[in-house]
Amino acid sequence: MVLLTLLAAITVGIVRMRNLFAVVVLGGIYSFLMASVMIVLDAVDVAMTEASVGAGISTVLMLAALHLTKTEEAVPTHTPLLPLFVAVATGIVLVFGTFALPSFGVAETPMNMHVAPYYLQNSIPDTSVPNVVTSVLSSYRGFDTLGETTVIFTAGIAVLMLLKGKRELKPGPKRRRIRR
Amino acid sequence: MILAAATLAVLVALLLGVIRALRGPTVFDRVLAANAIGTGAIMLLALIGFLTGRPEFLDIGILYALLNIIGTLAVLKFFRYGDLSHPGGEEPGDA
Repeated sequence: MVLLTLLAAITVGIVRMRNLFAVVVLGGIYSFLMASVMIVLDAVDVAMTEASVGAGISTVLMLAALHLTKTEEAVPTHTPLLPLFVAVATGIVLVFGTFALPSFGVAETPMNMHVAPYYLQNSIPDTSVPNVVTSVLSSYRGFDTLGETTVIFTAGIAVLMLLKGKRELKPGPKRRRIRR
Repeated sequence: MILAAATLAVLVALLLGVIRALRGPTVFDRVLAANAIGTGAIMLLALIGFLTGRPEFLDIGILYALLNIIGTLAVLKFFRYGDLSHPGGEEPGDA
């Protein structure tokens, strides 16, 4: 798969790059390629989330964080052998775990046998929502979605309070920071 | 048939963009490559939508285009002012 090869190339580039600004840009590219992979896998909603969060918001947030720190990454002081070993071992375990998964698109799996047929057949008469995923999220699991929304709303309020408190603590002219 | 050929061409374009993003000597090359890859992703999305017979993917392509603009704007604003919360409008030298 061409896209996965490009993803791997971008990842190696991110790891090897010392200029953090370029790393942010490469991260945006990675998100767009990842979204393309999701589209090829026919998961358009996940791809949309990946593109909006990965390429949109996190690029902006990373740049805002980059404003507070240096642009060049510090040279590491220790050899990365142990983290490399841990990462490779985790990857091997994960790949080994995928051998037990059923192959893509098989109908006789527990995931497709349990409640999915009911949703697929009854979502229109039950909820009259044309999109099955939307009907599951907002009707069948409505309380679940309500809880998630509450959590996210609370987190947003907390972040807003933190930002506001910081501004009240430091009155007066804003300190100028060194550019780049 | 022509859709498949176009998809291949877009994939080649993505490959070229990635090469430029990895090798590009300056950051501006990388920003431009990121923009081009975003555009390539949009075209790939549209082409796959037509290949699988679901042209509704075009709406999501519009969303991608908006995100692409946001990312590029953020990068360029950071470069010009060194700060994303800068109101802009004047030259960074006399601020």
